[in-house]
Amino acid sequence: MVALAEARHLTKRFGAFTAVDSVDLAVASGEVVGLLGSNGAGKTTLIRLLLGLLRPSGGDAVLFGALPSMSTRRRVGYVPQTLGLYDDMTVAENWSFTAAAFGSPRRVLPGAVRESGEELVGSLPLGLQRRLAFAVAISHEPELLVLDEPTSGVGPLMRARLWQDIRESAEHGTGVLVTTHNMEEAEQCDRLVVMLEGRVAADGAVADVIGTRTVVEVTCEDWRKAFAVLDAEGLIVQVHSDVLRVPGSPRQVGELLARQGLVAAVTEVPANLEEAFVSLVTVGPRP
Amino acid sequence: MTWGLEAASVRFGTRSALEDVTLVAEPASLSVVVGGDGAGKSTLLRALVGLVALHSGVSRRPSKSEIGYVPATAGLYGDLTVEENLAFSGGAYGVTGPELARRSAELLERTGLSGARGRLGGQLSGGMQRKLAVAMALLHRPALLVLDEPTTGVDPVSRAELWRLISAAAATGTAVVATTTYVGEAHRASCVTLLEKGRSIATGAPSEIVAAVSGRLGVVRSSAQPRGFSWRWGTTWRVWSPSGVLPEGAEAVPPEFDDAVIIAALADERGV
Repeated sequence: MVALAEARHLTKRFGAFTAVDSVDLAVASGEVVGLLGSNGAGKTTLIRLLLGLLRPSGGDAVLFGALPSMSTRRRVGYVPQTLGLYDDMTVAENWSFTAAAFGSPRRVLPGAVRESGEELVGSLPLGLQRRLAFAVAISHEPELLVLDEPTSGVGPLMRARLWQDIRESAEHGTGVLVTTHNMEEAEQCDRLVVMLEGRVAADGAVADVIGTRTVVEVTCEDWRKAFAVLDAEGLIVQVHSDVLRVPGSPRQVGELLARQGLVAAVTEVPANLEEAFVSLVTVGPRP
Repeated sequence: MTWGLEAASVRFGTRSALEDVTLVAEPASLSVVVGGDGAGKSTLLRALVGLVALHSGVSRRPSKSEIGYVPATAGLYGDLTVEENLAFSGGAYGVTGPELARRSAELLERTGLSGARGRLGGQLSGGMQRKLAVAMALLHRPALLVLDEPTTGVDPVSRAELWRLISAAAATGTAVVATTTYVGEAHRASCVTLLEKGRSIATGAPSEIVAAVSGRLGVVRSSAQPRGFSWRWGTTWRVWSPSGVLPEGAEAVPPEFDDAVIIAALADERGV
């Protein structure tokens, strides 16, 4: 497997602060890699290092087997969180401007945004802006795509359509690196890399990241009473309709509830990705 | 008392922004409104709290002093400190003196902002700002708490903390209405409304929305797009057939809530 983008013991320090700390990561052709982490975990710095926008303090950022440069930039498509479009230009003007910048052949506007060709980008709904930003980013047929929160703020159907675009690119051999806070989106990636304080805290398929983590599910006649008891213990209780999910062991949770005279069904269930992520970040990695 | 909107419509000039939407906000419960950018979520909340007038329909809400409202964009003052923001909000709602001190301390502790009480609101991270805004809206123990996209762009850890705070308000009697673009967050609600182009396209408990799916859902494990109503899920396709006849090669699966949400949006878009 040849990596399109690779971080080798990559480190970036800003003064005394180490934003990226000896990170190893690789994105291969045709794979969708999700980069997860809390705000400040180092995701954006890592991306900027890989794109050659920042110089490493240690280790190497390698793009297509070479150091990042103008010539490697031509082979990368990048959609920043701010989209990188020109609001006061039309859809068609944005499209041809990018083609000119990359020196790529002129192509017709893709179907998803063709109807809006003459509209100013700033007047389009966010979902269409996101689709255009994606279309613009792949218009020069990049081998690597870097997407920062590609579906933030859009509704479920538009999100599904954006993922259709992402998958189609991957099936044509493009390697994709996606950052997201949305765990439904993360579950659609082939592989995840979870960053914590500048380091890689977990790496693998969704099931590998979740591992053997479990949570306790609590069903009680009135969820509000059980919530009050567990919340007062400082536990991060999550309510799902009328069922509670809480970290801990069933015995421990059961005892807390029984002590307050509450009758509840308490069972251990596998954690979902969001719960596993929160546990990884707050409690720390476990074997 | 149950709050909410009944057959509510809002117009801006000749443009219809909200059309015949009913939303129930029960005390001690959470209602979630799901929709994308431009679906009308903010207009709906603004109609609920009385910031925009209804063209028709009914809005039932407690008096202004019993409402806590956090708009999507702000909800705090960037050039006031965390503590000053809370005191300002307290002053606006008549929470002062020892009660303000006690309630502020409690909310700061719950939001993990105790160490940041002297920092300016504008210098907080996005997640901290949202937590502070929700805390400010909760200070006076409102009967109705209305939150516009409290968790958009917030990382999962802060999101879990925010939902814990919001659930605690619901558990102690507050009627909570929140909007989101994350389908996963709708699972938390006892009542969900899916909003599209100013209209409600499905409403009910998450399990009721799943149960209302007609036809059949299938999974296709190949890269070629199946015919009919289909969308991507990871490397597979999901295909929905309103008539119940799935294309060849599709394996029938029971719909989950995420599927039900997309099916409702597709059915609405194509007029099925």
